[in-house]
Amino acid sequence: MPAVYSLYIINKSGGLIYHKDYGSAGRMDTNDSLRLASLWHSMHAISQQLSPVAGCTGIELLEADTFDLHCFQSLTGTKFFVVAAPGTQNMESLLKHIYELYTDYVLKNPFYEMEMPIRCELFDINLTQAIQNDRFALLGR
Amino acid sequence: MAPPPRSGDAIFANVDRVNAELFTLTYGAIVRQLLTDLEEVDEVNKQLDQMGYNIGIRLIDEFLAKSNISTCVDFKETAEVIAKVGFKMFLGVTASVSNWDPEGTTCSIILEDNPLVDFVELPDTCQGLYYCNILSGVVRGALEMVSMKTEITWVRDMLRGDDAFELRLKLLKQVPEEYPYKDDE
Repeated sequence: MPAVYSLYIINKSGGLIYHKDYGSAGRMDTNDSLRLASLWHSMHAISQQLSPVAGCTGIELLEADTFDLHCFQSLTGTKFFVVAAPGTQNMESLLKHIYELYTDYVLKNPFYEMEMPIRCELFDINLTQAIQNDRFALLGR
Repeated sequence: MAPPPRSGDAIFANVDRVNAELFTLTYGAIVRQLLTDLEEVDEVNKQLDQMGYNIGIRLIDEFLAKSNISTCVDFKETAEVIAKVGFKMFLGVTASVSNWDPEGTTCSIILEDNPLVDFVELPDTCQGLYYCNILSGVVRGALEMVSMKTEITWVRDMLRGDDAFELRLKLLKQVPEEYPYKDDE
């Protein structure tokens, strides 16, 4: 049973620029994934305004009965979030690692246009590897 | 919970690097080609700045991802971070910050060592050329992505006989990060 169900990347204006499902749980069609992305973008923005904590940077973790949603927002406004099995550990470091892969294999690709959907094979390959390694690390514990 | 910020030296030691000479020569070839294509020195300055800007808006994310740096409290800290971590991480040299104005919005970043100019002598025909103009563009682009509009100019240039490279950074405005949710406007 894979720990990470799916990964989303949202650009700073709220557009979904990357979506990938891992395993068969929690799969969504294109429309639903777009809807989730824009919903999350807005909820994240609202949470910043509603938060009683000064300097809040938005929701980091949403816990539901059937999944956990972990979110990381870079200082440049790009959001990365994974939907994972409830209680999955170490998602912060996985998201951080995904951010590094994004800077290496997406932003450094001269043919990638900023803010546009990501279609970079090298990114896919390295991402799959990172998520698989994460799964093995989980099994080892 | 967030990992501690890493120093410029630590990151520099960990990333893949290319041979410095290849880098210097490649940059030289680009400048040379621009001079041939655009003919006007001013146009070349502009183009180098634009190329730097395009690099900067992408490079900032790598910088943030690898340095674990979080939000700076003020522009002073920002300038220090660019000089101590940014320049070290990507160019392998350390710069210093000085000449602050009383408001804390303008300062100089001084580079004593600059790998881009290792083999360069400016000919008489290119006296108006800011050979390293790509660097100012990079800094401008990177800062723009973290909501700071800046104006960056070269004050001193070793290729023009000065004793160091001096970049003048001027913070024009800080764009607030909040969403503009103003229904009444």
